[in-house]
Amino acid sequence: MNDESIWDWDTAWAVLPDLLQGLVVTVEATVIGMIIASILGLLIALAMRTPTRWVRGPLRFVVDFVRMTPLLVQLVFAWLLLVDIPPLAIGFGVLGVHYATYMSEVYRAGIEAVPPGQWEAATALNLPRGRTWRAIILPQAIKNTLPGLGNYAVSMFKETPFLFAITVVEMYSAAQRFGANTFSYIEPLTMVGLLFLLVSYPTSLLVRRMEIRLA
Amino acid sequence: MTSTTAGDVPAIEFKDVVKRFGDNVVLDELNFKVAKGDRVTLIGPSGSGKTTILRLLMTLEELSGGLILIDGDPYTHEYRGDKWVEIPEKRRRVVRNRVGMVFQQFNLFPNMTVLQNIIEAPVHVLGKSKAEATARAEELLEQVGMTEKRDFATNQLSGGQQQRVAIARALAMDPEILLLDEVTSALDPEIVADVLEVLRNIAETTDITMLLVTHEMAFARDVSNRVLMFDHGQIVEEADPETMFTNPSHERTKEFLKAVLG
Repeated sequence: MNDESIWDWDTAWAVLPDLLQGLVVTVEATVIGMIIASILGLLIALAMRTPTRWVRGPLRFVVDFVRMTPLLVQLVFAWLLLVDIPPLAIGFGVLGVHYATYMSEVYRAGIEAVPPGQWEAATALNLPRGRTWRAIILPQAIKNTLPGLGNYAVSMFKETPFLFAITVVEMYSAAQRFGANTFSYIEPLTMVGLLFLLVSYPTSLLVRRMEIRLA
Repeated sequence: MTSTTAGDVPAIEFKDVVKRFGDNVVLDELNFKVAKGDRVTLIGPSGSGKTTILRLLMTLEELSGGLILIDGDPYTHEYRGDKWVEIPEKRRRVVRNRVGMVFQQFNLFPNMTVLQNIIEAPVHVLGKSKAEATARAEELLEQVGMTEKRDFATNQLSGGQQQRVAIARALAMDPEILLLDEVTSALDPEIVADVLEVLRNIAETTDITMLLVTHEMAFARDVSNRVLMFDHGQIVEEADPETMFTNPSHERTKEFLKAVLG
């Protein structure tokens, strides 16, 4: 024990392939989760604009419910309930739905930020409602939502270790597994942290630049 | 220019039009007619209801009472027996096609180029082919002196240029009635003349019925054949521009003109 230091480079190199494999799953979960969140979030935002109370009311409740309960609990709950579905697919779905509730707010704000004059010009040109949404309102609204989308992608990326709880082998669980087999936790976990930083920091810088450019 | 002849169906008719915003009555049983081809300027202090009239004609505001007829057709509301009812959007659209509007703030679509702004509605509302709509758009761009900006983004244009594109966009729909809502108010003084020149040209070469709200009294005098002076949602005086600007009869008009003309 006497010449053993805290950090061992051989261990670090040994775990790297496992971690990189885990990173692939992590990125995959983030990308697919964000795709679901972007589409579902937009649908929620649009449904919230319907004048019918009995659509908005229940939807509001579901959205609040999802937003006010922890992601971890939702993951485990869905995993226990949906036994026939592979854990990774459950992970994509729960991450997507969870973040869709946040994205719907981003879309709502983006839609409301389109000046009323745009709607008025569309009316003055007698454009049908559907065409107004597709050709004028949404392209401008979605441009407004890009920074929000980027921020949530970074935050979803950082929350993927929760997938560990439902047996998905992403980067964090790969590190845990390696630790359990070798009793070396410091190197794998340090490197997990560094790999997360390596991906999320440049991404967040990119998002910030996008924010400045769009402002 | 045609003038009002008895028996002709007016292009625009307001019948007992009421518009309230909450408790604030902006138009109180307003009646007036505009004949086809007329160029009517609405003047009056702010809050007198001029802009509201244009916005009602573009269905940007909902009526509180009364009727608006376009070529004799009920537009947004009608009487069924004694009942005053809303006309569904599908029927409104048919009438709305005859009306176009140019706004104070231009309201071009920033996610489209100049050309796309102009052909959007002809293609998707009138069902024109892209080629046909583009050919017409190019004619209009030439008319407003913007040919070389065809493929520019709208945010690359100055205010005056944006407004000229907005005019072309409205004309591309071949409206029978054109509403001009303080179209030069947001522009720098040195560009105002260009935009007015474009409008003057349209007034001379077409027989579009025009309704304009403007503070450019010289322009109003130039293009319009009728001026309506508004105050508190009512017409206080109506005359040809010459009479209105040189020899108004109503006390309220004299005060107003003195204030704006100095």
